[in-house]
Amino acid sequence: MGIPFAHFVIQTLNGIVSGMILALVASGLTLIFGIMDVVNFAHGEFLMLGAYVGVLTFAATGSFWLALIAASLVIAAFGAAVYLTTLRPLLGRDPLTTILATFGISLVLQNYALWQFGPVARKIEEPFTGQFTLFYLDYPWYRLIIAGLAAAIIGGLWLFLKFGTYGIWIRATTQDRVMAQAMGIPVPWVLTGVFAIGSAMAAASGVLFAPLVGVDHAMGVDWILRAFIVVVVGGMGNLGGSIAAAIFISLLDAYSSLWVSPSQSIIVSFVVLILTLLFRPTGLFAPTPK
Amino acid sequence: MKLRHPVVFWVGLVVVVLLLAVAPLVLPVFWRRLLTEILIWGLLAMSSDLLIGYTGMVSFGHSAFFGLGMYGAAAALLNSNPPNLWLALAAGLIAAAAVAAFVAYFSTRLRDIYFAITTLIFSQIFYVIIFTWTSLTGGENGLTFERPALAVPGLFSQQFTATTLHWFVLAVVTGSYLVLRRITQSPFGMVLQSIRENERRTRAVGYPVERYKIVAVMLSGLFAGLAGVLYALQNEFAAPSFVFFVVSGETVIYNVIGGVGTLVGPLAGAGFYLLLREGFSRLFTIKFLAPLGLGGLAGMSYLVPVGLIFIAIVIFLPQGLLGFARRWLNR
Repeated sequence: MGIPFAHFVIQTLNGIVSGMILALVASGLTLIFGIMDVVNFAHGEFLMLGAYVGVLTFAATGSFWLALIAASLVIAAFGAAVYLTTLRPLLGRDPLTTILATFGISLVLQNYALWQFGPVARKIEEPFTGQFTLFYLDYPWYRLIIAGLAAAIIGGLWLFLKFGTYGIWIRATTQDRVMAQAMGIPVPWVLTGVFAIGSAMAAASGVLFAPLVGVDHAMGVDWILRAFIVVVVGGMGNLGGSIAAAIFISLLDAYSSLWVSPSQSIIVSFVVLILTLLFRPTGLFAPTPK
Repeated sequence: MKLRHPVVFWVGLVVVVLLLAVAPLVLPVFWRRLLTEILIWGLLAMSSDLLIGYTGMVSFGHSAFFGLGMYGAAAALLNSNPPNLWLALAAGLIAAAAVAAFVAYFSTRLRDIYFAITTLIFSQIFYVIIFTWTSLTGGENGLTFERPALAVPGLFSQQFTATTLHWFVLAVVTGSYLVLRRITQSPFGMVLQSIRENERRTRAVGYPVERYKIVAVMLSGLFAGLAGVLYALQNEFAAPSFVFFVVSGETVIYNVIGGVGTLVGPLAGAGFYLLLREGFSRLFTIKFLAPLGLGGLAGMSYLVPVGLIFIAIVIFLPQGLLGFARRWLNR
């Protein structure tokens, strides 16, 4: 094998960084699915819109962190509004109808963004421009900071679900919606809140990732497909499984692009998916079928 | 005297088919082309209705079958001299059937949402393969080829005109409708419908549910491939964008708009969608909007209003436009 050791180290780092972003996207998706039985096809569009809000805020204020916070808040409010107008009327119907509705939402948002912001990709400046030397490369610190921030957000979500009062409400709603309602938990608002949190996570990952790639109207499509693969491989509605699967698949993706072109390396994640479906249809990391 | 159902049905079918057959003789070129296209997309939508409406499995991967039918036909047309219509048809169907068998084997292990996502991802696999395998498929540029002649060996051979192509498409689509209708009314189709109603009970009664599902996906994929071949014939090219999952999404939209479980509903849905597309594309130009004081909306994609209409139909009209006639059409 003519691949030097340095390549492996660099690709491992790249894989972990993109894996953490993917985990952030996928955990929003799996949170919404696990708790509400809604397959959110528009998740990638929330990511894209979040990135655009970030671009606009960044252009107005020049602060990356303000952009990150503004994007999360705006998209959380927007997600709640979308939920109230289009998804709440579907409550109690077949979960498949939610795929249809969110697919419609994704079409509308994507084409609205294309019309509003134009086809030219925008960029956000990196908040940190520092680099460190890794073998023959100058590796940007910012990439590591993204991974760290993504981990912090996911960790925060986990702590919130585990210990926060509202987190306990959310978990109670997941376990038994009717019983939670009987105990006085305002279930409709919990569901709206969960959708808002999931949307905010998508928006945050959009802003975090924006400095690495351009922001354009179609950036959500790529992410949503990868996130769907991750969520199926990790087991739908399984937060830990999604994170593990995201890193696993991103690492495989990174390693395989040592040999084939990056556009083909996504086939590796497809192969992982097929093998998972063949041997563990409920997901690699899900012990019990739902 | 009360007319019997079969009489009304067949007379209605003949009238509609005759109207569609006469249409290209009176319509201007643009609308004639659009009508042919509606029939082709309608066939794709009908094929997926076999899964969505009759078996209760929402496929988000029909673009793979459609696209492989298209590329199969393209391969046959590029490699045979002179290009042969029947060879193209056979190659397209074989390609679509092979892909359908592969997808069916894996995706039918899962149900509901998981099935939808898996078929979606499978169609993306084929999209990536077609997009990146440039030497074979032409990559992003796709393949262009000559349209074959309409020929029956030993009898006659004639170049397609726009009108004869329309008639050919109409004949294939009508034939496919009758076959699909027969399938849904056969004992096999009844089992599919009982899987839709209650999968566990169907299994308990003793039907091998998995096998039925696999056959259903394959049949559906075969007809989707047929639609792909027709589209290749009409447009004389095959492009990876037709394998992209947006096409699958549109197929589901046709079904939902028209009404699932009716077979003709999805065709009507395709027609409605494409007419809306034309209408809004014309509306969203500065010429129309400026007098209304809405000049700012110019250049917006037709998909924004069409998407909103689609969401409204999902929420308020879950049966679709022709859903009210479902019982009657399936009798």
